[in-house]
Amino acid sequence: MALDKAAVANIAALARIRLSETDLAPVADELSQILTWIEQLNEVDTSGVPPMASVAATGLPMREDQVTDGGCRDDILGNAPRTARGFFVVPKVVE
Amino acid sequence: MSDPSLLRLTLAEARDGLAGKSVSARELTAAYNDAVAEIAPLNAYITPTPERALAMAEASDRRLARGEALPLDGIPIAIKDLYCTKGVLTTAASHILDGFHPPYESTVTDRLWQSGAVMLGKTNLDEFAMGSSSTTSYYGPVENPWRRPGDNRPLVPGGSSGGSAAAVAARAALAATGTDTGGSIRQPASYCGIVGLKPTYGRCSRWGVVAFASSLDHPGPMTRTVRDAAIMLRAMSGHDPRDSTSALMPVPDFEAALTGDVRGLRVGIPKEYRVEGMPAEIEALWEQGVEWLRAAGVKPFEISLPMTKYALPTYYIIAPAEASSNLARYDGVRFGLRVEGDTLDEMYELTRAAGFGAEVRRRVLIGTYVLSAGYYDAYYLKAQRVRTLIARDFATAFERVDGILTPPAPSAAFAIGEKSEDPIAMYLNDVFTVPCSLAGLPAISVPAGLSRDGLPLGLQIIGRAFDEETVLRIAEVLESAAQFRHLPSFVAGGAR
Repeated sequence: MALDKAAVANIAALARIRLSETDLAPVADELSQILTWIEQLNEVDTSGVPPMASVAATGLPMREDQVTDGGCRDDILGNAPRTARGFFVVPKVVE
Repeated sequence: MSDPSLLRLTLAEARDGLAGKSVSARELTAAYNDAVAEIAPLNAYITPTPERALAMAEASDRRLARGEALPLDGIPIAIKDLYCTKGVLTTAASHILDGFHPPYESTVTDRLWQSGAVMLGKTNLDEFAMGSSSTTSYYGPVENPWRRPGDNRPLVPGGSSGGSAAAVAARAALAATGTDTGGSIRQPASYCGIVGLKPTYGRCSRWGVVAFASSLDHPGPMTRTVRDAAIMLRAMSGHDPRDSTSALMPVPDFEAALTGDVRGLRVGIPKEYRVEGMPAEIEALWEQGVEWLRAAGVKPFEISLPMTKYALPTYYIIAPAEASSNLARYDGVRFGLRVEGDTLDEMYELTRAAGFGAEVRRRVLIGTYVLSAGYYDAYYLKAQRVRTLIARDFATAFERVDGILTPPAPSAAFAIGEKSEDPIAMYLNDVFTVPCSLAGLPAISVPAGLSRDGLPLGLQIIGRAFDEETVLRIAEVLESAAQFRHLPSFVAGGAR
């Protein structure tokens, strides 16, 4: 699968990674090469084969729906680039 | 200057020396702190923690004096900088985690400290563990302590746990933690002439380990001997309710499994691992491994793992897909780097553009694409179905054999920069390690010989799920037969 610059720009927007106009063509080449390589999987007949999401043999463990942790707001905020009055600060999102 | 002969002990010997009071934890740790400083040119450590190490060693000495020694009391080890360590800078070798000091401790490191181990520092790696060379770190590449005789070019230590491998090989840590997603413990162990064990998926908790590909990430030990790996694994293992994929399995005394008796075990030799272009010396060492095992009473069988050639493309869909999801958390809001923007989206995009290196960016983009609407079935779901077939290959093989013997990597260490231009050439390094990663099976790399260039080569043993005991037992027999006693060209504490 060959990706063009528009497709790469779209992927980058979905991934929230800014790519400069000059990056688009080389990144498109790189990704196209990798996609072409992984498309050899099409040789494998997988009809009727269930997908494997995890090798962990059992289902997800259940537990009581109880609070087991918390009360550490300042620890959590301690690594944030910007905080104010106990909150994370982000650019304005609502007019 | 501390006593450099202390650096030549194995973990098991150091443990016995501490118990017998022939050395104190403080003396041992001081020697290793000096060693960490001495190997600084290798760039193996991002953050040494010498003061913390001495404080931990003194606590160990107090327990040793009271006769209350813990299993790893006073053993100085290195921690891959992918494990969160409370209050100690944790970077994942990425710019985007600038200044991150975790407010919690990973389960595996917590278990190690509860066992009395001493933290020497945090080791360098490929950014977010994505790589096979430890050259993609924001903190610069790691150098292998080995060089080709008569050739001054610095070599890669393998990756992604290259800092841990280099530190253990250069005698600047008695042991280290690594993580293995597609080979990141075993391949660097092979390149640096040490032992690297990827346990069964679920054996060691992933909680507090910076996530790369959650269904594939395996914490594990890197050591100088198989016995040391058994000792470390026991301390690192056990069920953890905070990791929902952590196995509810008892933790055996892995060291007790090292009986040296492998008579009657059946070991498979997969014919599909004889890949085109594999150097003759690697094939010869593999054949030698078969002979060593045969001499010890093992019955070798040729087996077939027909899906082998599809493991790498499968991995390079699943791992980036999971990575793109896991790395969505790096957004400039809660931790690490932030590049301001006028809107929230612009802040995200600028932060992630500045914070991720080229290989991480490449994998996040691939992962985003294969998970995106319209392509999910063709790529991601397809890869998950092939993963089922790969796991079935192993399940079928293990009906006939107790272990599988292969090379861990298709080459010895290569020079820094040699393969960085072509991402697929770099990915092919993982051809022998990725298949059993996808199946979640335990596997170990053991140093077994030198290449014609004088560089270490390993052998890999793959086992049944949760049968690390057989893997370790076979590995120790290989280790005894190989008698690998070579030291790298650059070791702490002076020449060999």
